[in-house]
Amino acid sequence: MAAQNAIEIYGLTKRYGSLAAVDHITFTVGRGELFGLIGPDGAGKTTLFRLLATLLNPDEGTATVDGFDIVKQYREIRQRVGYMPGRFSLYPDLSVAENLDFFAALFGVSVKENYDLIAPIYRQIEPFRKRRAGKLSGGMKQKLALCCALIHRPSVLFLDEPTTGVDAVSRGEFWDMLFELKRKGISILVSTPYMDEACRCDRIALVNGGKVLGIDTPDGIVRRFDEPLYALSGNDMYGLLVEARRAKGVKECYPFGAVHHLVAGEDFAVGSLVDYLARQGFSDVSVCRVQAGIEDVFMKLMQHE
Amino acid sequence: MRTLLVLLEKEFRQFVRNAFMPKMVIVFPLLVMLVIPWVATMDVKHVGVSIVDNDHSEVSRRIIQKIKSSDYFSLKGVTESYEEAFDWLETEGVDVILTIPKDFELAMTGHSAKRIGIDVNGTNALKGGLGSQYMIQVVRQAFTELQQEQGSIVPAEMFTVRNLYNPTFNYQHFMVPALMIILLILICGFLPGLNLVGEKEFGTIEQINVTPVSRFLFTLAKLIPYWIIGFVVITLAMLLAWWVYGLTPAGSLVSIYLAALFFILTMSGLGITIANRSSTMQQTMFVMFFFIMIFVLMSGLLTPIESMPTWAQVITYILPPRYFVEVMRAVYLKGASLVELWPQYVALVGFAGLFNAIAALTYKKQS
Repeated sequence: MAAQNAIEIYGLTKRYGSLAAVDHITFTVGRGELFGLIGPDGAGKTTLFRLLATLLNPDEGTATVDGFDIVKQYREIRQRVGYMPGRFSLYPDLSVAENLDFFAALFGVSVKENYDLIAPIYRQIEPFRKRRAGKLSGGMKQKLALCCALIHRPSVLFLDEPTTGVDAVSRGEFWDMLFELKRKGISILVSTPYMDEACRCDRIALVNGGKVLGIDTPDGIVRRFDEPLYALSGNDMYGLLVEARRAKGVKECYPFGAVHHLVAGEDFAVGSLVDYLARQGFSDVSVCRVQAGIEDVFMKLMQHE
Repeated sequence: MRTLLVLLEKEFRQFVRNAFMPKMVIVFPLLVMLVIPWVATMDVKHVGVSIVDNDHSEVSRRIIQKIKSSDYFSLKGVTESYEEAFDWLETEGVDVILTIPKDFELAMTGHSAKRIGIDVNGTNALKGGLGSQYMIQVVRQAFTELQQEQGSIVPAEMFTVRNLYNPTFNYQHFMVPALMIILLILICGFLPGLNLVGEKEFGTIEQINVTPVSRFLFTLAKLIPYWIIGFVVITLAMLLAWWVYGLTPAGSLVSIYLAALFFILTMSGLGITIANRSSTMQQTMFVMFFFIMIFVLMSGLLTPIESMPTWAQVITYILPPRYFVEVMRAVYLKGASLVELWPQYVALVGFAGLFNAIAALTYKKQS
């Protein structure tokens, strides 16, 4: 039976006491799609992964992975998915090769028969095949974990924050590998707190507080931001933030890296804001128009929650 | 089957690579078997004695000589002054002061009402109490010997004590089977539990749980190595008991190994159950300690169950080590066989089944 979509989720809910970690989430991931879950820590991404990987049972709602129900047909799902938890969870006291052989054997396959799938990734860590997994660098650990999650040729891959704590170069490489896997027809659900990585997904879901705030392509998400956006900077950044929020015509102002992002309202004028801030005693004030990013959309959607 | 072998291979690899575990499994039994029987003894020896001899008679000389030659006493000095003897209590570590009054010899023939005085330093209650008991026996023996030699009538209070099964009242022979049991509780109960909860702490169990491996196989692969280790440990302990303490089982090895098998199964089942219910090693350790305390103190390992209050005796029936203790002592010291001990074996089989069933039921891949 070939299901239409790799993952289908309807009103999935998981509660811990009175807190809903996953709160009526609904979305679908198509076959061969690279789908990103974007959200801050505590948004419920890991809980969603654990539900889909059949490690948790939902309180409400249903979901299917590769056409199989996550509650009733968990056995079939476990044969078909690769899961890479956020925390490194391979055996640190076994070597690289032993870990790979072990997980292959648990799925009843041999490393040889699926070597073609992992080869582009495994070749990079193969020189260290005798090294204990615990002694690998962060980037190499991630590559090994990905190999172990792929060794049984899964049709759906779950990657929970695979690049957290990995350097920028390794992160780039990692995403190149995901592209390769996608080309081979594997559907991938990946979560990340990094907004720059979100742009590399086919579609993304912005999640916060257990809810989905919006689902679209990265471009589509950015296009949702239809208000003028400015970057504000000056000598006293905190004072500037407080004062700018009080200024006329400013809808919202929030810190954004080294600058503040400022959402302009109807009667906003750059000149009058600069004058106003100068009168308040701020110097070196600069205000310039910027392009909205995914994070700005995120801030906006969170405000409207 | 292939999966089980793969899992076992992994467990043994991890065990051998662990810097601590292989050493622990060898060194711990050695240490316990070689050191504890000597130090954890309720035998009171070298009770310090000072004697106040005001009689200087045949009787007093005989008593002094008997005390000198006894292993249980170390004579600190003989004096005529009670004050001096009492000073030694402070300075020389005297526990018992024996006072033989003037003209005591006459008392033997019934011409005087003089009595021997035994003053005990109660600071160490056990040493003092047993010391005074030994003293009474030694003095009585001296009387008896003298009376027999001189052809006098044997006093009515004369008695013989014969200790069955442990003829020399050797406390080591009492302790060694108990220590073997403690070793099995610690190694077969503690270690598989800690190993399992370690996988939870490291997060490695997450990766296992998404594989098609069943929880039964996974748990079994955790247990089998410790079953094997348990048998190695008890064999090592029995060899040490033989070489070092000259203690060999009076009964058959088969009865010991059979009981050990069920006991090991019971303890590992308990360890796994506790691990299933805890999320950290600390939590497992504390719960384990609770059970180990109860097992060691209430199963008759160190103190006899018969001397416990009735309500405590009732509780001991639900403690698995109780039955193993009975089997081990009966087989080791009395040479009892399977036929006589069948209720204990039935109890152990029952516990093994019960704890392993609970262990299997409490392990969940999902939550």
